[in-house]
Amino acid sequence: MFTKVLKFAAVGAFSVSMAAATVPAMAADSSKPIVIPTHNWSSQVVMAYVIGGIFESMGNNVEYVPADSQAVYEAIRNGDVTISHEVWQSTFGKSFYNAMAKGGVIDAGTHAASTLEELGVPHYVIEKNLCPGLPKWEALKECAEVFATADSGGKGRILEGPQSWHGDLMPNRIKALGLGDKYVVKFAGGADAIWAELASAKKEGRGIITFNWTPNFTDAEGFDFIEFPAYADGCRIVDGGDGKCGSPKGWLKKAANYKFPKTHPAAYTAFTRISFTTTQVGQMAALVDIDKLSHQDAAKKWLADNEAVWKPFTN
Amino acid sequence: MIMVQSIKSSRPLQFALLAAVFFILYFSVGPSENNILWRFPDLIAGVPAMLNNSVEFLMFEWMPIESYNAEIEDYEETALLRQITRGISGALLFCIQFIREILVGGVKTIVAFTSWDFVDENEWAYWPALPWTVVTAFAVILGYALSGRWLAAFVGSALVYIAVFGQWAPAMETLSFVLIAAPLSVLLGLAFGVWAYKSQTVEAILSPLLNVAQTMPHFSYLVPVTVLFGVGDHAGAIATIIFATPPMIRLTLLGLKAISPEVIEAGMMSGCNRFQLLFRVLIPTARHNILVGVNQVIMQCLAMAVIASFIGAKGLGFNLLLALNQLRIGQALELGICIVLIALILDRLSLGWANKQIDYFADLKFIERHKYALIFIGCLFVGIVLAYAGAYIFEGGINYFYLIPHNKGITTEQFWQSGVDWMVDNWYQGLQVFNRALITNVLIPMKTAYLGMPVSATFVLVMGIGYIVGGVRSALVVGSFLLFIALTEWWDRALITAYMTTFAVIVSVIIGSIVGILCAQNALATKFILLVCDTLQTFPSFIYLIPVIMLFGVTDTSVLIAVIIYATIPATRYTVEGLRNVPQALQDAGSMSGVNRMQRLLKIELPLAFPHIMLGINQTVVFALFMVIIGAMIGTDDLGQFILKALSDKNGIGNGLMLGLCVAFIGLTVDHLILRWAADRKKALGLA
Repeated sequence: MFTKVLKFAAVGAFSVSMAAATVPAMAADSSKPIVIPTHNWSSQVVMAYVIGGIFESMGNNVEYVPADSQAVYEAIRNGDVTISHEVWQSTFGKSFYNAMAKGGVIDAGTHAASTLEELGVPHYVIEKNLCPGLPKWEALKECAEVFATADSGGKGRILEGPQSWHGDLMPNRIKALGLGDKYVVKFAGGADAIWAELASAKKEGRGIITFNWTPNFTDAEGFDFIEFPAYADGCRIVDGGDGKCGSPKGWLKKAANYKFPKTHPAAYTAFTRISFTTTQVGQMAALVDIDKLSHQDAAKKWLADNEAVWKPFTN
Repeated sequence: MIMVQSIKSSRPLQFALLAAVFFILYFSVGPSENNILWRFPDLIAGVPAMLNNSVEFLMFEWMPIESYNAEIEDYEETALLRQITRGISGALLFCIQFIREILVGGVKTIVAFTSWDFVDENEWAYWPALPWTVVTAFAVILGYALSGRWLAAFVGSALVYIAVFGQWAPAMETLSFVLIAAPLSVLLGLAFGVWAYKSQTVEAILSPLLNVAQTMPHFSYLVPVTVLFGVGDHAGAIATIIFATPPMIRLTLLGLKAISPEVIEAGMMSGCNRFQLLFRVLIPTARHNILVGVNQVIMQCLAMAVIASFIGAKGLGFNLLLALNQLRIGQALELGICIVLIALILDRLSLGWANKQIDYFADLKFIERHKYALIFIGCLFVGIVLAYAGAYIFEGGINYFYLIPHNKGITTEQFWQSGVDWMVDNWYQGLQVFNRALITNVLIPMKTAYLGMPVSATFVLVMGIGYIVGGVRSALVVGSFLLFIALTEWWDRALITAYMTTFAVIVSVIIGSIVGILCAQNALATKFILLVCDTLQTFPSFIYLIPVIMLFGVTDTSVLIAVIIYATIPATRYTVEGLRNVPQALQDAGSMSGVNRMQRLLKIELPLAFPHIMLGINQTVVFALFMVIIGAMIGTDDLGQFILKALSDKNGIGNGLMLGLCVAFIGLTVDHLILRWAADRKKALGLA
């Protein structure tokens, strides 16, 4: 039903673009649907429908399939899913490169959005001065008890994503910085668990240190990343460094099945050109998280409001 | 000599001796990596990689078939097995989409018979959805035809609820894949059940496979399923079938075995051939158990609705995960209720269908014989007319007679949301004290105690119990289960899983048996509590994970509370059933001997119900294990966390399966001990 509606919109958009410019001669795209995965966070789902809408405006068929965000790379490799449009460096980098090493997945370029995936605190922690000196990491030495929880045994607790995201990176960093006897790192089961803890902490005005990233819906309420020693190549333990450094500015990549360029050359070219900025990713998420639109409606609205942004990708 | 004699005859003494040996080992063996009494070496640590490589070899390299792919203008090689599995996927997907498009419309079915190009060129080539009014009318008529007005009223109000709350489209998407997965599970279950009944060999082969399939957490086979069958609704359906079929096989076999030989002989004497004997005599006679199996299949299918969306099933489950990620608990709750309603509708309709008697003597006119079909055609017509009229009545492009979009329906989200907010605001501080006390005084010491257990002590304890309960054979069986886990690199993780499961099972059994005993005293309360059990069993557990985290944080307490909520279901259910099924004759005998209510409960009912309650505890352990693994979504450091991690591992298939087996073997160890013991008790009570 929804795809139907989108399709009407797309047909309209298509005829407009036909009138405006002649389509360059190129091998025609296959009419088989391009399979786009949807995961369980807003910006990703809206962007799936946005990219689907762009493909449809070019006359392609699109299909959406829910998939686990880690397991999806295996599916792209096997050709069951055609693309992935939000490959976050630190959370999915490992799965992405594992699948790439096995063959079948190609790197389809990087978004303009610069991302940061790092430990941080909600803005009120700094506003209320719960831990003076933040966001400099040295401040953590003095206020472990602010971040203590029921199971941390009096130490400060740092909430990290599941181990599948970056293994022992954070525990190693905490140890290397000499905070090991003041802080414990707890691995959460997933993003949902982190959001639930953040929401609960906010109600109480409690101090909390958690792994988070930007662009994200938390940007709206304010989230400050802790300033750890700057990242430099080789500073991590796995690369032979001392492991004290913080996260680098990260990338947000796009991945595709290796057959995609051959089966849908025009759509593939458009896909490699697609590049959203931090603000645009934020807009997409906000349409759902703040304006409470449905994901499909949000995508339709974004496409309608931002033709100037996405039209150039298609020709 | 006398001492040996008395140990042989007294179980308490045997257990005391076992405990003594256990504690001596526990305190004498110190932690040291090289001491084999402390931890076994991880001799089979390489197996996951091997398993992984062999699956990949079979899927991608074995028996390649070269074919020309016009789209990439090149030859490609596809392995035979891949062709086969993808063929199965395609067939399943077609069936699901066919049903889905009848319910919500689409083009895929038309594409299957023509091509995407055809659909692109012909704008009319679109299969329209049935208006929700028509589907509801159909279900109501079906309910009425099968079992009368009460069922019709229930089905009608449930579907109206789903439509009015704006969950129609996702609900129909879920329904369409359940309508394929559930009947397939029932058919497969029946077929294997009958086959196992006919052949001892098949039964012997199936039995351990079923054991593993029923105790293996569903997360662990998600990656293998995606590699073999791809992602999408078909993959979700396959994972669901793997999960839902084993109880059906079990119950079919159980029902068939209970048939007395006289019935079969009567069938043969009336000259039945093999098929008539099977379909006219055996299956109808075993109907009760088979229906319990169908009920279980439906419950299991909808319990999988959320998990299946990890690998591509569309519908309520996926929307639920999305809602939870935005912490919209109210919305998730509404979705969860829809899942439960679909389960109840399907369950009651299938029950009505199975209980329907055929009237062989009626001599009806055409109109009488086909009255339901005729009414339905009438409804179809009215519904379509209404839907067309709706397009002109309603403004804003939304046709409420056709489909109510999900953000345009009624919603109670605000209410639930503020309820959760209120709980966090008012209870957090108080619960924090409880949480801290529980963690520091109970959970951490218990976890340390489990992790400090030398492997030799664990083996002595478990195999010793096996020996006391079921002799040498049992000791060897449970010993080999443990050995498998001990030889992987995950023994410590398994100990953590065991600690959480133990704690949760103890609490669940206490709560479950108290609630069960209280409710079993009254017929109405019994009915009510069984309905609650049905509801909670299909209600997606993911929903209460979030409020629990908000109240207790990412801690073991949160995980355990979620586990206890779920694992109390079978403990309650089996206690109620056990107590209600005590033979009336024995109750009467008690009454004649002048027992009062309390004496009857303690001296007659509970002892007699005990074997059944033990089966309940057995199920409690299985349920608890499942939830401990799902607890990984909150944040644990046990086997579950590694299973979750396997979704992104390089050796994902192998790791997932091996970890799943570890969990299954923990479950099977307990299962084996309890079943042996319950069988013994039954014999002693003259119930077997």
